[in-house]
Amino acid sequence: MQATDEAPPSSQFHSDADRSANDGPRRAAVYRALSNYKTARDRTGATFTDWKSARAAASTIKHEAVNNLDKYLEQFERNFTARGGKVFWANDSRQARDYILNLAKEKNVKAIVKSKAMTGEEIHLNEALVAEGFGVVESDLGEFIQQLKGEAPYHFVFPCMHLRRDEISDLFNRELGTAKTNSPEELTMIARKVLRRTYIEADMGISGGNFIVADAGMISITENEGNARLTVGVPRIHVALVGIEKVVPRLGDLALLLPMLATAGTGQHLTGYNSMYGGPRQPGENDGPEEFHVVLLDNHRTRLLADPEQRDALHCIRCGACLNVCPIFKNIGGHTYGTTYQGPIGSVITPHFRGLQDWKHLSGASSLCGACTETCPVGIDIHHHLLRNRRNAVTQKPTPLENLMWKAFSFLMRRPRLYSFATKVAPLAAKLHPLVQGTLADPVRVWTDTRDFPEPAAESFRTQFKRHQSTRASQTESTNTTR
Amino acid sequence: MIATSNSSTSSNGDRTQILAKIREALREEAPLKHPAERSAGGEPTTAHFREWLPPVGSSAEERFALFARLSETLKTELHVCTDAAQAAAVIASIAEQCEWKTVALHHGELTDAVDRALPTSLNRVWVDNGYDKEVLEACDAGLSECELLVAQTGSVCVTGPSSGGRVLSVLPPHHLVVARRSQLVTDLTEAYASLATKYRETGYPSMISFITGPSRTGDIERILVLGAHGPKRLTVLLLP
Amino acid sequence: MRITLFVPCFIDSLYPNVAMSMVKIFEQLGHSVEFPENQTCCGQPPFNSGYWEEARSVASKQLEAFKNADCIVSGSGSCGAMFKVFYPELFHGHALEAEAKALSAKTWEFSEFLVNKLNVSDVGARFEGRATFHDGCHGLRELGTKEAPRTLLRAVKGLELVEMGEAESCCGFGGTFAVKYPQISTAMAEVKCTSICETKADYVISNDSSCLMQISGWLNRNVGSVKCMHLAEVLAAR
Repeated sequence: MQATDEAPPSSQFHSDADRSANDGPRRAAVYRALSNYKTARDRTGATFTDWKSARAAASTIKHEAVNNLDKYLEQFERNFTARGGKVFWANDSRQARDYILNLAKEKNVKAIVKSKAMTGEEIHLNEALVAEGFGVVESDLGEFIQQLKGEAPYHFVFPCMHLRRDEISDLFNRELGTAKTNSPEELTMIARKVLRRTYIEADMGISGGNFIVADAGMISITENEGNARLTVGVPRIHVALVGIEKVVPRLGDLALLLPMLATAGTGQHLTGYNSMYGGPRQPGENDGPEEFHVVLLDNHRTRLLADPEQRDALHCIRCGACLNVCPIFKNIGGHTYGTTYQGPIGSVITPHFRGLQDWKHLSGASSLCGACTETCPVGIDIHHHLLRNRRNAVTQKPTPLENLMWKAFSFLMRRPRLYSFATKVAPLAAKLHPLVQGTLADPVRVWTDTRDFPEPAAESFRTQFKRHQSTRASQTESTNTTR
Repeated sequence: MIATSNSSTSSNGDRTQILAKIREALREEAPLKHPAERSAGGEPTTAHFREWLPPVGSSAEERFALFARLSETLKTELHVCTDAAQAAAVIASIAEQCEWKTVALHHGELTDAVDRALPTSLNRVWVDNGYDKEVLEACDAGLSECELLVAQTGSVCVTGPSSGGRVLSVLPPHHLVVARRSQLVTDLTEAYASLATKYRETGYPSMISFITGPSRTGDIERILVLGAHGPKRLTVLLLP
Repeated sequence: MRITLFVPCFIDSLYPNVAMSMVKIFEQLGHSVEFPENQTCCGQPPFNSGYWEEARSVASKQLEAFKNADCIVSGSGSCGAMFKVFYPELFHGHALEAEAKALSAKTWEFSEFLVNKLNVSDVGARFEGRATFHDGCHGLRELGTKEAPRTLLRAVKGLELVEMGEAESCCGFGGTFAVKYPQISTAMAEVKCTSICETKADYVISNDSSCLMQISGWLNRNVGSVKCMHLAEVLAAR
């Protein structure tokens, strides 16, 4: 489901999270899908001679790229346009959409085939194209399924990971009229058959891009299915819609980044197809698009760039590893986020892209376990950025009630004697707890609805320790006297 | 929808404005949180990649063994052939088994040699001077040469000039690659270095693709299925 | 050695036995233990909620309370991480930055302190039963504590240690997260506890009482048979 713009994102999130955290079968499907991932990832990761150094190097490369973004984007543009490619700089979604729409109209485009592009989701490109009467078909199998289902991707690498095969079979049966089957292979072949025609008939292909290679003037696309190669190779016009942060300085950098992307993303040594494109069909070549456009998308990335503390969030190579290990993602699922980029990295960047106050709840919905940061192949400080988002949201606009609560908390905790007194009355308060337990007046109800709350001990540690010290002191004294 | 001047297809958009925003944003420096090892000369990290990535082995035999092992895992069908005639025989037997009628291919030293030894009953579609995409799609297989083979990842590197363009290696349902054993390089670092050397004068090919196994997907319950959109089968015929 | 205990607020009032066990273990090893009475809370709850100003005012009191300590030992990986990892960030660019860094440098998580500072791997404990260990996230990922508690537990006579599949998965506590998002938090507890139960262990042990509050809260409500214990309590058993 697309995040509805009507309901405030935070209340939408709360109700969706409650519902999805209670959806046992869906959670089980997600856990099952990700357990295969974990096995593959661990196995491939273990073949690295030194993952940690590789990760530091990957991080350094992206640091260099992002911190010299102007220089490398210009270098890319120079090299790419020298071979007949067209580069368009889009400030926001609207501008990117309009450019692609105008192009499709000018070039008399009828049918469009798309390979997976999260930037396309980000700017709601399909909706815009369809509204103008263009046929758009998603060619990545997962995206194809989600498009048929009328749903946004569930996960930015595994778009339909939440669906079971029988649900996909029912969907195909309903939408494509194909016979029901329980075999993932047969389901895949149904999609293959449908999409083969699409590549041939489409006059425009639209893709994303995993890397913008500055020194070679190329766009690098990573995929497993071959749909991107067909999308870029067959139609007469190609548009790659890429975020400006996707830059790497040198083609050779991909020798490190591609294996790391594959390992972290899916647990493969290398993804099925890693293809670099330097422009349209060149003189003397037998095929390729007549026109190759690259739309460089800012859409508030420069806002994040301007925050040196969190700038490394732009190092992200969208492998999806942080989602795959995130206990929040696994329990609430991708749609609950209501964002283009789900999971921990999405919770970090969305407030920068779409407004801190509207999206700060995502940074709050984390136990800060740090599994994301640990797994990130480019070493982004993901979970600490969530803390920083929380801080920034409060600095900008504290919530009145919380503000009062933390002021009171701080008042108490700055006064050891008062605090000590509080620990003495706590057991008394606990004795009164049964009177309100389970009622609306119960102060710990949000806890006790689903979990037991421990009884405070009869005596705090500080009381016990004081007695222990005096006993020890008198023992030492008596030992000394006896001597 | 009304086209605004800054989204007209003849303009390059808000180039100046975006570059200015970037420069403004970068005025304050960001800390480097994971400093990578660099060699003494301040060289970029590229030189060290090999030390960290999965080991490949030092001899040509080890490299070949790794390529063969990965091919098996990836379900790439690897045939070691003594000459082009034997490669043609392998193809002919697959063609007979799968009842192929037409093979698409491009001219090249190795493909021409294989072509000469292939049965005349198998139709050929030559793509060198352009092709009808309907016809290419209907072919049973695409036969191409490649730029390089990569031991570290079990990949076949194709480029426009080496492999009959951008599509021959991905549109027909079976991709046949004929290569020489000397084309096997250690790893991606060597592959990129070798491409850089070879194309120093002319510039990189307009398409470079590392193909690692037949087309695959795990989109349905993360279960592996081959032949999602690209070739269901990938056959590598290795000549001395 | 003079060891200064940092006893987080909830251990002080809910789990005093954990800290008393630490006292017992250190004293048996021949060290003297002190407890500065003016310590309260590390300030993590407001820090995690984004109220850094309030967190700093609480934290500055702790900087004062532990000023004279040689080494500070915490029975909670999470509160230990607050001292060790987050204080330097919290006070970055503030007047007390140097003090915060000094405090960070002398703070230890309990099991790390035993194994890597005191070089003790066997404290002479005896404890009968089958147990599995839960890695608290802050201890594991902020402080890098993984082996030390296992080293100590393997030396406990009578104890059979079995690993669970989800040992490194978060229990879902996460401080105020547990009450702000009770449904997500509980779903995470369920995943964790299901993995605990699969080991058929009698006990789940951790070096973090906050996680144990969450885990026992779920287990007591839904299972009832698995007992939660802090590492220190197991190591103090004879």
